[in-house]
Amino acid sequence: MSAGLPRQHTTSSVGRPPVSSVHVSDTDVLPGSTFHSTTVSYTTRTGSCADNRQPQILPFQGLSGVDNLLGPSPGMSSSTAGHALPPDQFKPSRYSSPSLALQQQNSYQPPKVSVPGNSNAPIYSVQNGPRLTSQFPQTSQMMSRTGQYPVGRMPGPYQLQSMQGVFPRESLPQQGSYPHYLGQNASVPLPGIPSSSSGPLLPAPFPVQSWVQSSSPGVTPGPSEPTSARSSQNTSPIPMQRIDYMEGQFPSSRPSPVTSATNLQALSHGSGEPRFNGPPIAQGSCPPPPPSAQSATPFISTTSSVISQQTQVQNVGFGPPLNGVRPAHVRPRYPQQSGSSQTSKLTSQPIRQSSPFFNTTSSTQQHFSLKHPEGPVGGIAGGYDPQLHAQMTGMSIHGGFSKMWESENVNLLQDKNILPSVPLEPPKILTPHERPACNRDIFRCTLRKIPETHSLLQKSRLPLGILIHPFRDLNHLPVIQCGCIVRCRSCRTYINPYISFVDQRRWKCNLCFRVNDLPEEFLYDPVSGSYGDPSKRPEIRNATVEFIAPSEYMLRPPQPAVYLYVLDVSHSALQTGYLTVFCKIMLQELDNFPGDSRTQIGFITFDGSVHFYNLNESLNQPSMLVMSDIDDVFLPLPEGLLVNLHENRALIQDLLKDLPNRFAENDDTNSALGAALQAAYKLMAPTGGRITVMQTRLPNLGPGALKSREDPNQRAAKDVTNLGPATDFYKQLALDCSTQQIAVDLFLLSSQYSDLATLACMSKFSAGSVNYYPSFHATMNKLVTEKYQKDLRRYLTRKIGFEAVMRIRCARGLSLHTFHGNFFVRSTDLLCLPNVNPDAGYGMQVAIEESLTDYKNVCFQAAVLYTSTKGERRIRVHTLSLPVVAVVTEVLGSADQESIICLLAKMAVDKSITSLRDARDAMINACCDLISTYHNTIAAGQTAGALMVPCCAQLLPLFVLGLLKSVAFRVGISTKLDERVFAMEQMKSMPLSYLMTYIYPRMYPVHALDDNKSLQIDEGKTVPQPPILQLTFEKIDPTGAYLLDTVVLMYLYLGRGISDHFCSTVLGISTFRAIPEGMTELPELDTPESLRLRNFISWLLSQRPFHTPLLILREDSKEKYRFLQHMVDDRSESAFSYYEFLQHLKQQVSK
Amino acid sequence: MAFTFAAFCYIVALILTAFLIFFAVFHVIAFDELRSDYKNPIDICSSLNPLVTVEFFVHVSFNVLFLFAAEWFSLCLNIPLIAYHIYRHKTRPVMSGFGLYDPTSIMNSDQLTRAQREGWVKLAFYLLSFFYYLYGMIYTLIST
Repeated sequence: MSAGLPRQHTTSSVGRPPVSSVHVSDTDVLPGSTFHSTTVSYTTRTGSCADNRQPQILPFQGLSGVDNLLGPSPGMSSSTAGHALPPDQFKPSRYSSPSLALQQQNSYQPPKVSVPGNSNAPIYSVQNGPRLTSQFPQTSQMMSRTGQYPVGRMPGPYQLQSMQGVFPRESLPQQGSYPHYLGQNASVPLPGIPSSSSGPLLPAPFPVQSWVQSSSPGVTPGPSEPTSARSSQNTSPIPMQRIDYMEGQFPSSRPSPVTSATNLQALSHGSGEPRFNGPPIAQGSCPPPPPSAQSATPFISTTSSVISQQTQVQNVGFGPPLNGVRPAHVRPRYPQQSGSSQTSKLTSQPIRQSSPFFNTTSSTQQHFSLKHPEGPVGGIAGGYDPQLHAQMTGMSIHGGFSKMWESENVNLLQDKNILPSVPLEPPKILTPHERPACNRDIFRCTLRKIPETHSLLQKSRLPLGILIHPFRDLNHLPVIQCGCIVRCRSCRTYINPYISFVDQRRWKCNLCFRVNDLPEEFLYDPVSGSYGDPSKRPEIRNATVEFIAPSEYMLRPPQPAVYLYVLDVSHSALQTGYLTVFCKIMLQELDNFPGDSRTQIGFITFDGSVHFYNLNESLNQPSMLVMSDIDDVFLPLPEGLLVNLHENRALIQDLLKDLPNRFAENDDTNSALGAALQAAYKLMAPTGGRITVMQTRLPNLGPGALKSREDPNQRAAKDVTNLGPATDFYKQLALDCSTQQIAVDLFLLSSQYSDLATLACMSKFSAGSVNYYPSFHATMNKLVTEKYQKDLRRYLTRKIGFEAVMRIRCARGLSLHTFHGNFFVRSTDLLCLPNVNPDAGYGMQVAIEESLTDYKNVCFQAAVLYTSTKGERRIRVHTLSLPVVAVVTEVLGSADQESIICLLAKMAVDKSITSLRDARDAMINACCDLISTYHNTIAAGQTAGALMVPCCAQLLPLFVLGLLKSVAFRVGISTKLDERVFAMEQMKSMPLSYLMTYIYPRMYPVHALDDNKSLQIDEGKTVPQPPILQLTFEKIDPTGAYLLDTVVLMYLYLGRGISDHFCSTVLGISTFRAIPEGMTELPELDTPESLRLRNFISWLLSQRPFHTPLLILREDSKEKYRFLQHMVDDRSESAFSYYEFLQHLKQQVSK
Repeated sequence: MAFTFAAFCYIVALILTAFLIFFAVFHVIAFDELRSDYKNPIDICSSLNPLVTVEFFVHVSFNVLFLFAAEWFSLCLNIPLIAYHIYRHKTRPVMSGFGLYDPTSIMNSDQLTRAQREGWVKLAFYLLSFFYYLYGMIYTLIST
């Protein structure tokens, strides 16, 4: 192709009036120019800006993270949007440096023509490929004229809905009826598209041929589509149209974009040839892509999308970063079960990655082999418990292969040692045509196969629901920036791996089955640079993708990160000493707050009155304003209370250093939390953001004052009352906050009753998080303080998404009916999440409303639209596909016991608000239902005197017992109301993987850790993998040491007869007798035993985002009960042992 | 033919029931809108909550008139509904204001279905009782 070919003539002339555009040849584009102009179309050689010529931007963008590379910083964009204004009109007040800097760039911009907003001029930004450019130039100018971010009040969640796509795009107002944030996709992240741009960022683990097979009916490689003609006609593979214009844009006579032999091959497979089993896409074997793709560095200039493997905080998983590989979920397993050594598996991984074609299949095979442990069904595989091992030998033959067949059943009464010694592997889902499955930690359904009718579900008596952890920290996440996000036109589903291609230009939605057109740019594969095969797109290859959203997805400019801290400084708060800890950690983490240059911060403190802090940069030191009229709160200053973190850093640091001393002598014991929250709401309402509340006592003054409702004598009562809120003040406040995109996170550090049931409402309905640190004291209670410190550190620095909404779309015939978690339900499938954090999980119950008989698979799609802290609008999309079955045994055989337990727990929390006893009964009934239903499906002879359950649900009764004995649902044991409420809150909002450990803690024998089954992690650490023991005292040897991990706390329990060798090599103490009470740390000894244990504990901690402190308990300790209360299988004064529980179930079933 | 107090009661009941029919229609429409995504539950609840209180008092008021007019049969017809209203108010979520509906829980489909069904049943009841009151009014007017 020739470089300066005026491209838009070829593309824009169809169906639309000519553009009043100025053509700028490539040479006119000065090095510094970014793709500012959205209203301009200028010609240039595609790919002319492929090299990173961005001198002006580089210093300001910071280039600190991938985020920067993927999208412009908002400041940048806003200035570009405001190009029509003279620089002096441009108020940089909130934009800070980038915008100022970028103003200069206006001079470099190519000539542009402002087109009125509703002009039908095609708008291209050629260098950027066919990204969807904004059609709202007017609004953008309006936005920059105001010069400030909070242009207007944030539209309520009602309007937000349209951003998630209920509005058809076409119906969006063309003029500035609301502030549109233009710049987001107006400029392209050129700087530092790293070296990765030259190679494939995403591997191709996806067998293309299966795709085409699935979509074969419509695929005819007919002669009407001369497949090679295109490159000669259109010089670039990149279409430059908006999706809306696509129809009619390319008449059928137009050559099809299919160019590569791969596609031809694929097509021929589609028409019935035998399936091609080799690697479907070999880059080397690909015929050359169209010339334009070769002529430039492929990445930006020719692609329509910028894709990158975003490396995120690695909090989960352990493996080495699998560069360029679809985030294969590697879950550590107990090595013995996997058949081969874990070490070899890990080292072999990179080899697999290098040939991406095998990735899918090999990983599934790996999965498969791992899933079916060769050990006994319920056995302990390690050599730790010879007694048990002997017990298990009878079972072991039966164990191995039987689990392959889901129809296998287990008699619960036969063996009570049922817990596998390895962490439970999430059950595999059969996806059609080996398409990629969604990460099982992100998206799970209680049934792996969906019953086809409501009556079938009723028959199986299992709860149907989905559990989702949408914002989980992922090691690798494909991030896609493209002009148009391909969605179904009727149901607005995002394109996903489970759709089918009718032919090369059309796809069939898997939720509503509408046939949609495929925009031309979707045929381009940005990874390999090849063209013509839509199945290579990352959207099709990954069940989890993230899009950088264009301006259609914004109703206002993306908000800056705004953090407000509301701190309790009453006398009792200062007594606990939390303020010192808090300020210290804030000072340390001030640099690590997620956010860009616009980040704002503010502080409010309160006791009997509310104190504001003016941090305006004109001041020498922060000034405090005290408001004692707490019944009618107002903001004492129009500005200065929320300030830019970077510009006013010195003052903020001064304040944080000064705060603990300032209130050291405070003897006001009152707490006017309600007033402080109202003030915080008023302060935050224009922008939205996050309010963090530190509270240490029951609020007793002003609005929202509460009274103690707990009767200490009733702590062990059979039925617990006051689990619901006492007043709706906090709920109303949360709803108001939610409307203004504010989330409230509560940290309750209280030793006395503080009515968490009421206070938690402020977080529950504003999508915040609740943290509770009972009997916190900075010096007296080291354990809780340690947890608070670590949790706070994580909390302050973790990823956060602002002004988010989550929509869950279900296949036709399914609907969501009850939601669990912290959010406000905006409409039947839309959750309003003012903030979304990576540690929150959600659950939804699903109802089958229509028969699914016609479908083979049903899909769920969850899309989270949020504003990143860098000011980008992003959409994270997860899709889950499940097969539909018609037989009740298959439904029962597809139960996912962990998900069922988590959903049951959530449902039980709802129920216990009215009656805890009902909730407990409901859980027991769930077990009975399962057993009796299963008994009906198998031969009567088998059920006599037995409790048969399907193999995949064999742990259900055990886990239900764990739930019945958990802090949330136990009766008969003295439990503080706040602790119970907090446990319930955890059940509602904790993601599945942690919640399971919370419900049924994990116990490991650690007195004989050895290396031979250990796990190698990348830093050369060896992590031993002891087996998991069932929680019964039978398993505890008086000469052993056991680690009990309850998520809240880890106990290292030392038996009386522990060897002196262990004491000295691990604890650094000569004998058992010398071990002090309340030891909370393992000394760093240089012995292999110590190293192994410490590696193991730190590895456990690295698997979770929050901290779990360690407590060392001697067998004769006073605190021993804390350990014993977790022995779920054993009998306690008020509750069944596991065996008794089974007997009870049997009685219930036989009734 | 005489204009008795009972006739007056029926006339009042007739007029008020017409209002109640409108309330019930509004109720049904509001929940339908909620279900089909058009409205924010906060808005719906804030508009419906005063209405259900008004509805309750309007319904009780003409029943008090029936009581005074010793129209026992008409009263008996309405007692179940009064009892149901009282029950609903007793079991309502914790709220500081009037009303029954809580925006945070109304979107749970069991509550939504219940509210919708309630709307239809009430609509049917008010329509039937409207014609009954019409009949009752004419009957009392023409009988002496």
